[in-house]
Amino acid sequence: MKIVVLVKHVPDAASDRGFAADHTTDRAAVEGRLSELDEYAVEQALQVVANAGEGEITYLTMGPEAAADALRKALSMGGDAGVHVVDDALHGSDALATSLVLAAAIERLSPDLVICGMASTDGTMSVVPAMLSERLGLPGLTMAASLTLEGGQVTIRRDGDDASTTVTAPLPALVSVTDQTGEARYPSFKGIMAAKKKPVETLTLADLGIEPAQVGLGAAWSAVETVTKRPPRQAGTVVTDEGDGGTKLAEFLATNKFI
Amino acid sequence: MGEVLVLVDHVDGAVRKTTTELLTIARRLGEPAAVVLGAGADAAAATLGAYGATKIYAVDAPELAEFLVAPKAEALAAIAEKASPSAILVTSSAEGKEIAARVAVRLGSGIITDAVDVDASGAATQSAFAASYIVTAKVTTGTPVITVKPNSAAPEEAAASPTVEQVAVTFSEAATKARITEVAPRAKSGRPELTEAAIVVSGGRGVGAAEGFGVIEALADSLGAAVGASRAATDAGWYPHAFQVGQTGKTVSPQLYIANGISGAIQHRAGMQTSKTIVAVNKDAEAPIFELADYGVVGDLFAVVPQLTDEVAKRKG
Ligand SMILES: Cc1cc2nc3c(=O)[nH]c(=O)nc-3n(C[C@H](O)[C@H](O)[C@H](O)COP(=O)(O)OP(=O)(O)OC[C@H]3O[C@@H](n4cnc5c(N)ncnc54)[C@H](O)[C@@H]3O)c2cc1C
Ligand SMILES: Nc1ncnc2c1ncn2[C@@H]1O[C@H](COP(=O)(O)O)[C@@H](O)[C@H]1O
Repeated sequence: MKIVVLVKHVPDAASDRGFAADHTTDRAAVEGRLSELDEYAVEQALQVVANAGEGEITYLTMGPEAAADALRKALSMGGDAGVHVVDDALHGSDALATSLVLAAAIERLSPDLVICGMASTDGTMSVVPAMLSERLGLPGLTMAASLTLEGGQVTIRRDGDDASTTVTAPLPALVSVTDQTGEARYPSFKGIMAAKKKPVETLTLADLGIEPAQVGLGAAWSAVETVTKRPPRQAGTVVTDEGDGGTKLAEFLATNKFI
Repeated sequence: MGEVLVLVDHVDGAVRKTTTELLTIARRLGEPAAVVLGAGADAAAATLGAYGATKIYAVDAPELAEFLVAPKAEALAAIAEKASPSAILVTSSAEGKEIAARVAVRLGSGIITDAVDVDASGAATQSAFAASYIVTAKVTTGTPVITVKPNSAAPEEAAASPTVEQVAVTFSEAATKARITEVAPRAKSGRPELTEAAIVVSGGRGVGAAEGFGVIEALADSLGAAVGASRAATDAGWYPHAFQVGQTGKTVSPQLYIANGISGAIQHRAGMQTSKTIVAVNKDAEAPIFELADYGVVGDLFAVVPQLTDEVAKRKG
């Protein structure tokens, strides 16, 4: 069984993220990392292989040079190989272009199962998995809170607002997993050492048969017009409870017409 | 002005408030036309008309309920191909965003997600990086597909009398593979919808246990509020995940947000930072949540919250 896991290299949410002069996400000013939400996808792939007793995991990323770190991090958790799509023409690609490129790279690998995170922690759009499912004609089992594989069928549980739904599809299929699927493992020292020797293939747009004019900032189908830093919230009143904290709070709510 | 398609969020024809918000926004852009997928178009017509829908496209087919999301996207795309609208608006829920993503690919259109406002020129306002930035963006290619967050507009009535047009759609093989085999409905709390509520009362790790949420719920009920939770509380199984506020939960933007026993991690702030007024109760004076709070009480929530609940009840008489 062949599994492809999509991993994205993102600016660390714990630092002061911002935009570059061209209104794209500033990927240089802030330390990057493997998106935390993709670690859950890595973990699920490792568990699927462990349960099946066989399987080959390839991590796929699209991003600048530094994105290779996301592949190494994933490989240090386990798995077999990495594919890195890197090309200067990709800078500023929107989700549609990203999904076009990732779909082409996935087709080359012809996996039985594609696993994505629920959202990237920088763009937080949650659209790439659905776009890939649409482009590849694969059943899309999105926002999985749990995932099992049996007899060539993949089954997920999806927790919606009104109901919890069970969804089943035949392989090949695409799944996106939420942070409800269970904590991702930490890489072991052995894993980190082993990851250094695992193969990582680099692909350009030409390798994928995609024209540079189809991707990047110039080809984006939506454009950011303005970015403004939100003014920090004004520091308010903080009181220490001396047996009357609840009453004081009630006064504040009454003054502001909430009660 | 062209038609603006609004995908209706409904349960058997009972229209959700988010849809009346979308219809209100759609009127800035053109003539709102509602799209009802699944049974209930006739039942929905009165509400949709009251908020300005001049037309209703309806698709009712068993595939819409039998398979996950993809058939809904194909139905909406089919209507868009027929109607050539000037824009398509969808509620920014997990399902709404997925439908929008698939429709954008099918139509070859640009997409904007999680808008909190859309003006007459089609420019959408979004929050970025855990709501620390405000961004405006526009779709430049194809039919703008925009998902809009709940509470982004005050619904305004504008009576119209829409006719219902049934549309037949043929679904692709690819869209009919992810089969829904079981649906376990969740018990209703009777409280307002989390993303739509004017007041949200949340509990975090400081609540200590599932039973601890009793004091949170009591305060919420005294204020007519929705209950929310931090991920620490949902991960611990103290409160259902559907009520989680934050990056991997719901984004809320109520008039009043009361955070109890929540430290204010960046991923939690991402989901509540744009609330009008923020109140925090936390026993740690150094907790980052106090940096956001308009009013904060340093203290034990098990003392402060019940006292507040009593006081609210007293004042409400
Ligand atoms: C990728 C990713 C996504 C995430 N998504 C989300 C998300 O959607 N939502 C979310 O909330 N978190 C999310 N998190 C987790 C987030 O980073 C924090 O871990 C989480 O918000 C902490 O929850 P908390 O504030 O309840 O707990 P803590 O940080 O442990 O804070 C508990 C607070 O309660 C106070 N306290 C304890 N006892 C009392 C008492 N008796 N009275 C008063 N105060 C008391 C303490 O002083 C403390 O400040 C995410 C993390 C990651 C990595
Ligand atoms: N540039 C990328 N490289 C690899 N995977 C990606 C990339 N962008 C998005 N993804 C995958 O798609 C998921 C959803 O991303 P998004 O739609 O951007 O929120 C992520 O969790 C990843 O698994």
